[in-house]
Amino acid sequence: MSAPRPAGQPLVEVRDLVKHYAAERGWFGLGRPRPPVRAVDGVSFAIGGGSTLGLVGESGSGKTTVGRTMLRLQEATSGRVFFEGSDVFALDSGRLRALRRRMQIVFQDPYSSLNPRMTVGETLREPLKIHHLSGEVSSLLEEVGLDPAFAKRYPHELSGGQRQRVGIARALSVEPRFVVCDEPVSALDVSVQAQVLNLLADLQSRRRLTYLFIAHDLAVVRHIADTVAVMYLGKIVERAPAAEIYALPRHPYTRALLSAVPEPDPRATKRRIVLSGDIPSPAHPPPGCPFHPRCPHPKKSERCRTEVPPLREVPPQSGHLAACHYAEQPM
Amino acid sequence: MLRVRDLKTYFVTEHGRGTARAVDEVSFDLYPGETLGIVGESGCGKTVTSLSILRLVPEPPGHILPGSLIEFEGRNLLALPAPELRAVRGNQIAMIFQEPMTSLNPVFTVGDQIGEAAIIHQHLSRKAARARAIEMLKLVGIADPEERVDDYPHQLSGGMRQRVMIAMALVCHPKVLIADEPTTALDVTIQAQILELLDRLQQELGMAVLLITHDLGLVAGHADRVVVMYAGRVVETAETTELFDRPTHPYTEGLLAAVPRIDAPLARLHAIPGQVPAATAWPAGCRFHPRCPYAWDKCIAQEPPLLETGVTGHAARCWLVTEPERRQAKR
Ligand SMILES: Nc1ncnc2c1ncn2[C@@H]1O[C@H](COP(=O)(O)OP(=O)(O)OP(=O)(O)O)[C@@H](O)[C@H]1O
Ligand SMILES: Nc1ncnc2c1ncn2[C@@H]1O[C@H](COP(=O)(O)OP(=O)(O)OP(=O)(O)O)[C@@H](O)[C@H]1O
Ligand SMILES: [Mg+2]
Ligand SMILES: [Mg+2]
Repeated sequence: MSAPRPAGQPLVEVRDLVKHYAAERGWFGLGRPRPPVRAVDGVSFAIGGGSTLGLVGESGSGKTTVGRTMLRLQEATSGRVFFEGSDVFALDSGRLRALRRRMQIVFQDPYSSLNPRMTVGETLREPLKIHHLSGEVSSLLEEVGLDPAFAKRYPHELSGGQRQRVGIARALSVEPRFVVCDEPVSALDVSVQAQVLNLLADLQSRRRLTYLFIAHDLAVVRHIADTVAVMYLGKIVERAPAAEIYALPRHPYTRALLSAVPEPDPRATKRRIVLSGDIPSPAHPPPGCPFHPRCPHPKKSERCRTEVPPLREVPPQSGHLAACHYAEQPM
Repeated sequence: MLRVRDLKTYFVTEHGRGTARAVDEVSFDLYPGETLGIVGESGCGKTVTSLSILRLVPEPPGHILPGSLIEFEGRNLLALPAPELRAVRGNQIAMIFQEPMTSLNPVFTVGDQIGEAAIIHQHLSRKAARARAIEMLKLVGIADPEERVDDYPHQLSGGMRQRVMIAMALVCHPKVLIADEPTTALDVTIQAQILELLDRLQQELGMAVLLITHDLGLVAGHADRVVVMYAGRVVETAETTELFDRPTHPYTEGLLAAVPRIDAPLARLHAIPGQVPAATAWPAGCRFHPRCPYAWDKCIAQEPPLLETGVTGHAARCWLVTEPERRQAKR
């Protein structure tokens, strides 16, 4: 184990991460040629030890791909990832295996990530055995709010939310330092969701865990994240301390997202910013600002169509970054 | 349009661990053009209820008990011969499954899978079915539909797969749509777009929607009435505004308190203490009593029936309805 790192110093750092999927040309190379899908297109961020980065954004914008390439479950096209100072993409397979224990992932699709022929107990015991850890299946299950009797069940005998919690228990069982949580609570009802979020927060303060928390539910992210990054079409378009971004969103996409959160109140009459226009594709990203074809900003101009806005600091708060030419203007 | 009466679906679990009473005497009605929300704790039987309606519960280990009734347009679906049932399934009653990867076939393109229902039920030609699939992909907000139609499920993001499922369900313009957590993987702007699409189909075609979700914001905005389930039972039912104004069952109360909000001050999330018991061992008396802050001896001794609260259509399975003064005496 390395010595504890001072707060604020990044435990994980991602630099200019790129992942393009070459187009498959169908069986036997028939079919129309297609441009590659630019799933992740130059993403950089750092996460301080013991803190949480919330990653939100459009469906298909590359969030899962960021998480998977960071852990080398998929090879990146380019870019670098550092974990506790070591260059993850340069590790040989032996050192990568050692690292795997300390970097875990909770998968978005719990069903396809659990072995259907193994009981829940076997699934949870396996990583403990591989890494020679002591740990009890029943207490792991209890931690995620499941009755220990579930150890004898097979994945198909569980409900969606029960499966999701098994995935969380498996990731936490090996006492990782860093966990990529890919939509970890999306299948849970609000009460179990609250239990799991409280658990994640407790583990964080007890074990100084660091999370990359991918979710589409902005209210959930607000509860768990210290910093929030918003992705759109393979790029981070806004990044800021959580309190900041909810109070004063700068990018028009973030503003639209926040305005569309459904409120648990049947009488709510919130003004929603409706996005119109075709949803752009990562295989054919538009020139200029990737958001311009759907952007509702009143100041939208020719510049947006031609010039890519850099991710830049937007005053007055330092540390609030947005990629919009008109981030300072009200909407 | 759809009448469910005393539905009981049990599972005989392996290795003699007893019978899981996943759905236990569930009754509700679904009227043309309306949206009925079903909410409830993870594992309480929502998915099994919806699978039972289309007789998709795997038998064995599952079986729907005699005495259960599922009536669609005057016919008991549970007694329908297989060929007639197949004509209803996917055509008149369609379902969006909770986990896309369990129901998408990995070796067929999404276009083939969406088109299949149109070929079987509406006798479209292959070519017309493909055009239809492209049109459906576009409707659910997938960019480059002409290209994506030839993708395999693994080439799509989680939210895109979910939208493919939605496209498959809607391709035949069903009269009843069962939507099991249909938007869990979608960001709020796409979610809003999908819900608008459903609203439109409801208005134009009188489609009825059974909306199973844990997102109370969605329920607040889109359901006309709500059924709350706990431990295989319906524990409360009411019109949506009435339910949010006057939650009567303590479980419903706890659920509403657990919602993370985007506008409230940050605090630790409220979770209902304890866990949902396993379906093989529901507690005696009221199934919620071990977790209930108001429970008294009567709740342990005797399970309450669904009791009318006095407001039309509002009923709760709780003795507090008969002894409201006990609400003051919180444990
Ligand atoms: N194995 C693959 N082959 C080809 N394209 C892929 C593959 N995996 C992902 N993609 C594409 O990469 C893009 C980003 O996908 P990713 O799963 O990272 O999105 P996401 O942000 O996690 O979306 P969601 O919120 O819907 O889960 C999508 O356009 C997707 O179709
Ligand atoms: N094949 C099976 N064998 C045994 N038990 C089962 C089987 N399928 C489901 N169950 C049990 O039945 C109960 C109800 O499951 P169901 O999938 O309907 O829950 P749900 O309300 O949809 O939950 P979630 O919100 O987590 O999806 C659960 O306790 C589950 O473990
Ligand atoms: Mg994803
Ligand atoms: Mg379910």
